[in-house]
Amino acid sequence: MLVHDSLSRMATLRPKAEALVFDGEHFSYADIDSRSEGLAKSLVERGVKHGERVVIFMDNSLAAVVAIYGALKAGAVVVPINPLTKADKLAFIMRNAEASVLISDGNLRGAYAFALQAYQPKLTILNEASVADEDLLYLPFAEAWAVAPGPRVAVIDQDLAAIIYTSGSTGEPKGVMLTHLNMISAARSVSEYLELQSHDRILSCLPLAFDYGLYQIIMAFMVGGCVLLERSFAFPAAVVKMIVQERATVFPGVPTMFSILLGREGIFSAYDCSCVRTITNTAASLPPQHIERLQAKFPRARIFSMYGLTECQRVTYLPPEELQVRPTSVGRGMPNEEVYLVDPEGKRLPPGSIGELVVRGSHVMRGYWRRPEETAKRLKPGPHPGEMVLHSGDIFHMDEDGYLYFIGRSDDIIKSRGEKVSPKEVENILYALPAVAEVAVIGVDDDVLGQAVHAFVVLQAEALQTERDIVRFCHEHMESYMVPRAVHIVSSLPKTDTGKIRKSGLSSIARKKSTEKPRALWAV
Amino acid sequence: MKSVRDQVKDYIADNFLMGLHDAAITDHASFLDLGIIDSTGVIELIAFLEETYGIRVEDAEMVPDNLDSLESIDKYVARKMFPGASSMTA
Repeated sequence: MLVHDSLSRMATLRPKAEALVFDGEHFSYADIDSRSEGLAKSLVERGVKHGERVVIFMDNSLAAVVAIYGALKAGAVVVPINPLTKADKLAFIMRNAEASVLISDGNLRGAYAFALQAYQPKLTILNEASVADEDLLYLPFAEAWAVAPGPRVAVIDQDLAAIIYTSGSTGEPKGVMLTHLNMISAARSVSEYLELQSHDRILSCLPLAFDYGLYQIIMAFMVGGCVLLERSFAFPAAVVKMIVQERATVFPGVPTMFSILLGREGIFSAYDCSCVRTITNTAASLPPQHIERLQAKFPRARIFSMYGLTECQRVTYLPPEELQVRPTSVGRGMPNEEVYLVDPEGKRLPPGSIGELVVRGSHVMRGYWRRPEETAKRLKPGPHPGEMVLHSGDIFHMDEDGYLYFIGRSDDIIKSRGEKVSPKEVENILYALPAVAEVAVIGVDDDVLGQAVHAFVVLQAEALQTERDIVRFCHEHMESYMVPRAVHIVSSLPKTDTGKIRKSGLSSIARKKSTEKPRALWAV
Repeated sequence: MKSVRDQVKDYIADNFLMGLHDAAITDHASFLDLGIIDSTGVIELIAFLEETYGIRVEDAEMVPDNLDSLESIDKYVARKMFPGASSMTA
């Protein structure tokens, strides 16, 4: 089975069933199916071949969903990119993936216009382009989908469905290759333990470029349910209103979202959220105090704590009835999967141990796009001949009953607002500023963010930049969740015997400074 | 004295610049569309409005209609500061 088969199937069996609600409008399975068929035809007749990459750089919207399914039906590989991404990184990814197509929204022109100077795909499709886009050669999205469908493109489940770029500690994003089989397997396992059904209505304000957000659509279509799609969580009161008005039954989130909701009690005063039967949390752990308060606001919801990584989408879930017993656990493996811990030599460890989590299953990625060495670090031969297993890079404790507890990363990736931030990537960007002589980026524990990104900077002699100048530079060159929460300009950085920057003492300096600072940010 | 509109525009330019020049922040431009506002951004913007104008932003009022553009914020702040008046200019 292929990722887009569920859409075609639902469009045949129950064409009028509700598939998507966006911006107050309701779309049926037939609506989504016919638009994506049209887009697929447009892609094919303009020369997009089987296996070519289609970069989708869009806000959450009907158009984005149509773009994803249209590209899949054309036999192409979807490369979804977060709309917060800045021009340099967009250009990097398009070039790295050798994209044949860019599909984007007019209001993201600030990034794509620049990126298109650096790399030209064979086709650009713009949704709601503006007059300013006249300088570009593009096909309007509304024209692209409004054509009659073409012949079915042959795809098998071993073909790539998507490449999802993720940050790594080397600083350059890596493309996780996912086949149709990988994605269907993951979606099946997750919808099974969540017990998703056709009457479910999933409210998602998660970016479609985030696998967690993308799978809300895939799973909804797989079970014949409906997605209530929001652009972002920027206006939480509007999201809660949508939950109640559209009678959402499933609400997936990350701890930052739940933290913001719980921080503004009044949001719930006008609304009764008992329609929500399922809440899911992943990307970072939910503080036990928040779990209790969340349960109070969503009285009929089963809360699922989960853990996963882009390289296989999801690994563990905690059955809701265990939440009271083991609130800090991320659970055990999901259906059709095996997980275990290994020591640094790769030897399997018994329950009761601490080690690196290893995952076996048909949801495990094909590898990193054109990065065989990086792939070999994560996909290694497993216990059975001819099989590769995924080394997660995360350290866990497994208790005697097999329940897992996250201890930490084996590398230095920072998790802020549920997003991975590579310190090296931030440092590399800062080194592009001539005023910066040395920089060290670390993660510091934070109640709302999980971890906050902090940067310690040594300026060149005579440089006059302030902490605010550096933050502003960061805003211009990286996604918002990567921008340091605080920049500390220092006269020198501690070094090891071999002259490398030593990061170990820095987090206590950061914590001390943050308790001294007044509440206002960037106050210099 | 600077208008509410200009004060808020300055605050946003200073704290959420995101590589945009001031010119992009027009009266009616949606902050969501411009990619300026994300979830923690809205919380900080609200703190700024509460501290600067002495108003209390109710949780149910944290919606795009009140906060997603300079024009919306201008009108919203005026309503909160002068609840009796039916229309105000900044």
